[in-house]
Amino acid sequence: MAEAARQQDSAEAAGTDAALAKKFYRDMLLIRRFEEKAGQLYGMGLIGGFCHLYIGQEAVVVGMQAALKPGDQVITAYRDHGHMLATGMDPKGVMAELTGRAAGYSKGKGGSMHMFSVEQRFYGGHGIVGAQVPIGTGLAFSNKYKKSGAICLTYFGDGAANQGQVYESFNMAELWKLPVVYAIENNQYAMGTSIERSSATRELYKRGASFDIPGELVDGMDVEAVHQAGLEATEYARSGKGPIILELKTYRYRGHSMSDPAKYRTREEVQEVREKRDPIEHFGQKLVQRGLVREDELKATDKEIRHIVNTAAEFATESAEPAADELTTDVTA
Amino acid sequence: MATQILMPALSPTMEEGKLAKWLVHEGDDVKCGDILAEIETDKATMEFEAVDEGRIAKLLVPEGTEGVKVNQPIAELIADGDVGEEAAPVAATETKGGRQETRQEARAEVRQGETRAKPAAPTADDTQQAEAALADAEVPEGTELVTMTVREALRDAMAEEMRRDASVFLMGEEVAQYQGAYKVSQGLLDEFGPERVIDTPITEHGFAGLGVGAAFGGLRPIVEFMTWNFAMQAMDQLINSAAKTRYMSGGQMGCPIVFRGPNGPAARVAAQHSQDYSSWYAHVPGLKVIAPYFAADAKGLLKAAIRDPNPVIFLENEIVYGRSFPVPKLDDYVVPIGKARVLREGKDVTVVAHSICVGQMLEAAEKLAGEGIEAELIDLRTLRPLDTATVIASVKKTNRMVTVEQGWPICSIGSELGARVTDEAFDYLDAPPIKVTGKDVPMPYAANLEKLALPSVDDIVTAAKAVCYRT
Repeated sequence: MAEAARQQDSAEAAGTDAALAKKFYRDMLLIRRFEEKAGQLYGMGLIGGFCHLYIGQEAVVVGMQAALKPGDQVITAYRDHGHMLATGMDPKGVMAELTGRAAGYSKGKGGSMHMFSVEQRFYGGHGIVGAQVPIGTGLAFSNKYKKSGAICLTYFGDGAANQGQVYESFNMAELWKLPVVYAIENNQYAMGTSIERSSATRELYKRGASFDIPGELVDGMDVEAVHQAGLEATEYARSGKGPIILELKTYRYRGHSMSDPAKYRTREEVQEVREKRDPIEHFGQKLVQRGLVREDELKATDKEIRHIVNTAAEFATESAEPAADELTTDVTA
Repeated sequence: MATQILMPALSPTMEEGKLAKWLVHEGDDVKCGDILAEIETDKATMEFEAVDEGRIAKLLVPEGTEGVKVNQPIAELIADGDVGEEAAPVAATETKGGRQETRQEARAEVRQGETRAKPAAPTADDTQQAEAALADAEVPEGTELVTMTVREALRDAMAEEMRRDASVFLMGEEVAQYQGAYKVSQGLLDEFGPERVIDTPITEHGFAGLGVGAAFGGLRPIVEFMTWNFAMQAMDQLINSAAKTRYMSGGQMGCPIVFRGPNGPAARVAAQHSQDYSSWYAHVPGLKVIAPYFAADAKGLLKAAIRDPNPVIFLENEIVYGRSFPVPKLDDYVVPIGKARVLREGKDVTVVAHSICVGQMLEAAEKLAGEGIEAELIDLRTLRPLDTATVIASVKKTNRMVTVEQGWPICSIGSELGARVTDEAFDYLDAPPIKVTGKDVPMPYAANLEKLALPSVDDIVTAAKAVCYRT
């Protein structure tokens, strides 16, 4: 695989059809509006604890998810709301978990960072930076053991890329040719520490080099580029060649969590990305220019999404907290 | 001058071995580095080299002899021109990797902190322990008993479960080609092949997490830690990923996995390789923790652990691996998790132990009986869930309790039992319970200090007499 950054229009050249393009737009917008609503509910005290919003990074999970096949698994860390929505988990169940209600995916016992859906093959939702990487590698191991033909898409961030267990996983994954795609979401800040201040080498897609794992740098703000790279990477992993790394260069608009004032970067830096590289805004304009959708269709989509998100928020704030006897259930089987 | 060549200790816990083959004859001249003999331990066959020059005067132990004790003279060497002098014992202790792959051997030795140790204290009276091994066990009348080592029992448990369920597999360092650093997985690679018996790199954090993922993916992994000391590298995956997932997912997902390996002090391997993790894991909700002593329990509980839908911490003991006990010959001998066992009934004092301390407790009970104190002995077997009901019922009868463990005293298993007994049977107590534990220090290397750091049979006897107000 080429190691150079993919040209922005390569996917366009490959031709995204109208239905898929609309789906991309819709799925990204759902995450954006959902996260804005989550931020709002947090401000109202309805969501507690840590809440890590995905705003700005939507193209990554939407593009990658479209490259998966039924049966493939997804695992990530704690900035996970976008991943859950992308895998098809119900916004009501996710939001109800954020508000700590019995109707949440984990009955209110997991919260923002710990949610799972066996049905949608989403394996968490992990609160410890990097811990999901060996687990995702183990899911890939189970695929190979069972000869299921599935791959495991294992996400982690630029922060986790400096954890030792990531490299322990790389070693075993390549040694045993496990069907795993490592998707490094490089949003350029590990909490408050920029990649320049944390990483001796900043080309994270090359971090598999000493294990002979190929890597590719992808524009993570371009959903079509992500999708195209995702198709190639999943094909590679599925074919039995072993693991592959994609570094998806992206950006988060909000702080690390809701309680982060983000003093480590300027407002202008954030504003510039929003104006010039926003994954949703730009993609919408591109679709209109290509004649795939009309402006009013985009507006109608926005309206529909707002309705879904508002319904989820209502559900999440009105449904009951878990019963007190739930305290001691689900500890062991 | 003539010197005696002594049977060498080839592992920290070796007490005796087989003199498999002499590679020299009487009258041969040997020089430093010549291989004298092949010696079989319960783990491996090792070559044994000369460290002095001279002529082999006499082979004292014929080849093929089993059970040759460490430090027993096996040959006499006479230096040139020194014929007839009195032989002085000198241990020839240099060894090198045996028939198996030398590089692996060397690495495993480093990992185990291999030393040329004196043998550990002799085991308790065999007959008495054999009787205790199946006291109160639920086996049909007339069941044939087979004597086997704890090591073999563990291996058989894994093999039986792997035959029964194709989703069960074993992974860990040296489990496959090397046949296990402590030979627990001997023969499994041959039967089940490299897809199910998997050698990992030395990467505890990584393979523990990989095992968790495999369990999430529907498999039933058995993850062997070469020793539990190395599992501290993997602690986050054991606690945060394995133990908590069922709860965090609202019961949606569990983690059916067994983490197993030798726990606790071995012999002379010092602080970083001699630690009892019993209370560490017993503290954690979401885990089950098992620490058997007898071979039958090792087998039956490991089978139960592999079938359990929860993450199970299975604490074995290196020194106990080689001990032999009767095991019921049944097609499917499974011992339920979470049940302690009364090994011996008594009216005067309840003594509670698990793992290797069960053997000490049995010895102590004999001594106490000689002094007219009838101890009731409880083998906990499982540490989480802890069977406090059995302990409390016993204390209500004896009114006294002594707990025994190798772990550190603070927040120990004994601490918990003491709290539970004072909480639930306070009015029955005629004396404050006493904890016999390891000392509150990192394990020292020196032989005398190591002995002082660990609970002894006499410590148990003293404690039992103290709670009985006897001196």
